[in-house]
Parts: sequence; C-alpha cells; structure tokens
Amino acid sequence: MTPVKMEDEKTHIIPYRTFLYVLALLITLTLTSVAITQLYLGALTVTIALVIAVVKSSFVLRIFMHLKFENKIFSIAVIAVVCILSLVILITLLDYLYR
Amino acid sequence: MSATTETHRDDLASKTGMWLFLFTEMLLFGGLFVVYSVYRYRNPVAFHLAAHELSVFIGTANTIILLTSSSTIAMSITAIQKNNKKLALFLLGITVLLGLAFLVNKYFEWGEHIREHIYPGSPVLALRGNGDVLFYGLYFFMTGLHALHIIIGLIFIGFVSVKLFRDKISYDNYSLLENSGLYWHLVDLIWIFLFPLFYLIT
Repeated sequence: MTPVKMEDEKTHIIPYRTFLYVLALLITLTLTSVAITQLYLGALTVTIALVIAVVKSSFVLRIFMHLKFENKIFSIAVIAVVCILSLVILITLLDYLYR
Repeated sequence: MSATTETHRDDLASKTGMWLFLFTEMLLFGGLFVVYSVYRYRNPVAFHLAAHELSVFIGTANTIILLTSSSTIAMSITAIQKNNKKLALFLLGITVLLGLAFLVNKYFEWGEHIREHIYPGSPVLALRGNGDVLFYGLYFFMTGLHALHIIIGLIFIGFVSVKLFRDKISYDNYSLLENSGLYWHLVDLIWIFLFPLFYLIT
C-alpha cells in the first residue's frame, strides 16, 4: 500500500526563521498602515493603505503560500486572476465616473 | 512491493486543483470589492462617518492574530517536511486557537453593533439614511462571509490534524496539509484587504 508519487518534484523546505521574519515584517506593515491612516492625508490615505495591503499580500502569496518556490505557472495564474479583477474594477469605476 | 497494491497519487495535481478553487474564492470576494468601491464612490460622506464607528483596535488585533496564525500553519508544513510530527501538530493547534480568538473578537465586535441596533434590516439603521445602510450591509455581509470561511478553515485544519495524528499525513505525504494551509492563507489574504477598506480608510 505504499503510495507512489507521480512526479519527482524536489521539495523545498523553508526554514522556520523565514516565516518568523516575514511575520515580523507583516505586523510592522500592519501597524504602519494603521499609523499612517490615522493622520489626515485625504485621497492619499486610500492609496497608501491599498499599496501596503498589496505589499503584504505579495509576501503572503510568495512565502506563506510557497509561490516563490513553486512552478512558475502558479504565479502566472495568480497574476492573471489579479489582472482580471483589476480590469473589472477599473472598467466599473470608469463607467460610474464618466456616466 | 510485488505483493502490495500501489495507490498512485499526484500531489502537483491536487495542489493545482486547490489553487483553481482559490481563484474562484478570489473572484467571489473580488465581486464584493467592486460593489464596495461603487457604493463608496456614490456615498463618500456616509461611508467616511460610518467607518469611524468601527474599532480600529479590534481590527488591528484581529489582523495580527490572523497573520500569526498564517505563519504557524506555514511552519507546521516545514515541521512535517522535517518529519517532526509533534511540532507540526502543536503548530496546527496554535493555528486553530488563533482562529478561535479571531472569532471571539468578531463576536464582541458584532455584539457591540447589534446592542446599538446596528444590523441589516434594523429600523434604527434605516433612519440614518441610505449610505449607512449600504455601509453596514456590506460590512456585515463581507466580514460575515469571511468569518464563515474562518469556520470552514478551522474545520478543515481540525480534520487535517486528526489525519496527521493517525499518521495518514506524514513527511512524504502531506499535500492535504499544504492545501489546508493554502486555504487558510487565502482567508488571511482576504482579511488583508477587508481590514483597510472597512477600518482604516475613513
């Protein structure tokens, strides 16, 4: 009953400390975005908060979700989905702005 | 080997399937973010004022809880790869506890709103105007759907922990643990966007 692996992919073991470093970075970024948005910066607040959220999610995707060490096809697929979503949001907002 | 039957498995395929499922989840929440953007654009003042009533402290605490739980489940994969079953189980246990802590915070947060008669369909909320109704409608629906994902993720991780305990998941067969990790990270990823949109951008 020995299960046989279909393919011989090399397993990449990420050290524990990498995750702890990334966690420290993510918490720092969270506190930074909280601090910045408490100041009144007008429209800039939205941009800064979203840019920080994008940076945070790229770390989660690349390190926590192992995308950095996976076959490139996974990263390409994620980028494609993000592009589709951004396009939908952009077109919808253009429609509302210039209606 | 000759006397035993071989069961073939394809870890890469199961991971691909999990990612395809995660894409549908991203599109589900993505659609809700589109709705949020449009209603925010049409009701800037009401959204601005209503967002002020949310507790930034609880939101920040929940963000840190969820980020930490993501790192513990990621580390449990490293532990099982190093054949350290005990540590892997321990880290999964921490992940579940952090997930429960998130839900407890959510309970107090929602409880506070409901005590103030702010919930979808509340007559008090209706008096405050359309913008507030939309803001809180989206707030309860999106954080509620997210909390539902947390509950599903906790059940998934619990199921994986039992399999790990019974050695059905091991250092050379852990794709189910990886997939539960991917699901949990996605839930974290969605919260990374929900948090600034509801709590911070005021």
